[in-house]
Amino acid sequence: MELLIAIAVMALGAVVLGAALGYASIKFKVEGDPIVEKVDAILPQTQCGQCGFPGCKPYAEAIVKGEAEINQCPPGGDEGVRKLADLLGKEYKPLSAEHGEEKPKAVAVIREETCIGCTLCIQACPVDAIVGAAKQMHTVVESLCTGCELCLKPCPVECIDMVPVPETLDTWKWKYPVIEIKPAEGRKAA
Amino acid sequence: MLQKLFKFKGGVKPAYNKHQSVGTPIATAPLPSRLVIPLHQSIGGTPQPVVAVGDKVLKGQLIGAADGWISAAVHASTSGTVTDIGPYLVPHPSGLSIDCVVIEPDGEERWIERQPLDYRAMAPEAVRTYLQQSGVVGLGGAVFPSHAKLTPSRDVPMEELVINGAECEPWITCDDLIMRERAAEIVSGIGLFRDLLQPKRVLIGIEDNKPEAVAAMKAAVQTAGEPFEVLAVPTLYPAGGAKQLIRVLTGKEIPAAKRSTDLGVQCFNVATAWTAWRAVAHGEPVINRIVTLTGNAGKPRNWEVLIGTPMDQLLPLAEPAPDTDGVIMGGPMMGFLIPAPDVPVIKATNCLIAHSPTLFPPKPPEMPCIRCGECARACPQELQPFELYWWSRARNFGKTQEYSLFDCIECGCCSYVCPAHIPLVQYFRFSKSEIWAREKDKKMAEGAKDRFEFKQYREEREKAEKAEKLAKAAAAQAAKKAAEAAAAAGSEASPAPPADDPEAAKKAAIAAAMARAKAQRAAVQPRNTDSVSPDQAEEIAAIDARRQQAGLEPPAPSPEPAPAAAPDGKEA
Repeated sequence: MELLIAIAVMALGAVVLGAALGYASIKFKVEGDPIVEKVDAILPQTQCGQCGFPGCKPYAEAIVKGEAEINQCPPGGDEGVRKLADLLGKEYKPLSAEHGEEKPKAVAVIREETCIGCTLCIQACPVDAIVGAAKQMHTVVESLCTGCELCLKPCPVECIDMVPVPETLDTWKWKYPVIEIKPAEGRKAA
Repeated sequence: MLQKLFKFKGGVKPAYNKHQSVGTPIATAPLPSRLVIPLHQSIGGTPQPVVAVGDKVLKGQLIGAADGWISAAVHASTSGTVTDIGPYLVPHPSGLSIDCVVIEPDGEERWIERQPLDYRAMAPEAVRTYLQQSGVVGLGGAVFPSHAKLTPSRDVPMEELVINGAECEPWITCDDLIMRERAAEIVSGIGLFRDLLQPKRVLIGIEDNKPEAVAAMKAAVQTAGEPFEVLAVPTLYPAGGAKQLIRVLTGKEIPAAKRSTDLGVQCFNVATAWTAWRAVAHGEPVINRIVTLTGNAGKPRNWEVLIGTPMDQLLPLAEPAPDTDGVIMGGPMMGFLIPAPDVPVIKATNCLIAHSPTLFPPKPPEMPCIRCGECARACPQELQPFELYWWSRARNFGKTQEYSLFDCIECGCCSYVCPAHIPLVQYFRFSKSEIWAREKDKKMAEGAKDRFEFKQYREEREKAEKAEKLAKAAAAQAAKKAAEAAAAAGSEASPAPPADDPEAAKKAAIAAAMARAKAQRAAVQPRNTDSVSPDQAEEIAAIDARRQQAGLEPPAPSPEPAPAAAPDGKEA
């Protein structure tokens, strides 16, 4: 009898806990892969495709699936690679040369007198930062441009230049304190 | 009245060096040969120039209109001609240039029309706007637009208004002298602030190393019959920090990431009160300020200087010694070396110290931190600078924020006491600006992501719409073909070619299209025949009849519009 009660109690417990777990798995189901979101948050969202994937999100997915290395994002730079390595528990690797190199931030500028209004750059811009219409002059909204360079190639008249963003009082940063290395007094005399 | 004073933790007592420049009264600096007035002289939006090159301007004329609420206007400091508007070097540690208006003075000092303002008869909102247009900003050094600070919080009742006359930084004496000489006007300005903010108490805090200023302010308060309390606070750097002075006078400690207004306290510098009063009572916008010229100089003194005066024309007034090798703007604790000798005096310029290696010996090289904890003992914000230093050095910015990096007021006490000569504040500034830059980048990235995703969504949608359209057209085509084929098979039993003949199908399609076009033409009705009055309908009918008679038109299916219009006409 005692044996039966014990079995019944255990069985009841199993059913109740199973039901709770089953309910929780439906109620608190996580949509999508949270790790992809985390990787995507580290990527710079330039959508430049230099990594070989059509956008930052696909690259994030490929990294998580193990189909891509973490060092294929030049706009994210060395710091981005380090962050990804930290997040994913992978070994840090220097930025791979075949995917390009880290450059100072630049924005595309259309030489407006040369622009023929073909709209090809508008179609190429992944972040809708170019305004214009067919046979009308186009221009880049500087504050929205991510500097992905995707508009350079489609332009038939090569009127788009990448212009580095100059430092202003708003973007100026205090530098990392460095210790000036000076020759010792004795050496100077010698 | 005896008032209990409170204490803040930490602080240092550097050599004060104030006696050099207090011996002589404030003098007016001579008119310089040119004025370079930066447009951006306050926290917030950059004013846009409202004058053009070649314009004649009057003293006090608006040259840059405030851009947004957190921004203050900029004015011509003297009458003359605008010779240039463009980037010039400004006193900023970055050594970058910003847009300035250059004025060549005509020497006449012709003022704009100045009118005193009866602020008591005006709405507080109008007074605030007036102060913004007069360019009144905090002259303690932060240059925050004062009108924004004079807006009382909606949900926290204003308890105390703290007026900062502590002037704790070594060498600087401009607030001391302005309190000694212009106490009455300062007190009137404080009255203006009081009327706008409606605090329960007004506390004026002055460090006790300025007994003359305390006496002058007390006398002025008594003469004005105001219930302000003038309090001498113990001399201890940085007692003049807003948070420290509030702590000393009210006992309130401002929590991390909160503002003093959240506790019902607001703080203003004495010189700000003076400029606000000049603006209200005399109609004079902020075009000058008191600047202490001191340091390695033969004649240290306070001067009333026009904003925009190049420092290399100002400093000779103090007769700097020949071994002067630079100029510090601000005090030795928080100031910085100006990037070029000819940068202009701005609203934030309270003091210029002639720098020499004997007066300010170069700092010995940085040594490793020995974990002595002196910096934590000296920190008036009760932070742990050594922790902040390690994390900043390691560029671990998340950790610096966990250790409340943004509560650091950059007073320099930690660097001052550090036995290893570590430039701690530099590390903190580096971390802060890196964090701000990252935040900006992150915001940009989020925007870019949103736009990218929307573009993808839009492209998908357009593709789907196109596909749908094509499918519909194809279906319609197929249906029509089938119908025509059926019609051809049914009615045209004549010697027509078989229906499956492509040629015949084409012909049938053309015929069908023509028939459709005809039907469409017939169906098109004159547009403005709806809602015509019965008279108009009659007229139209008559015209149509005449046309038919004249044989211009075949009997048209016109009777329809007229009856359709009739009911409308009746309604009307």
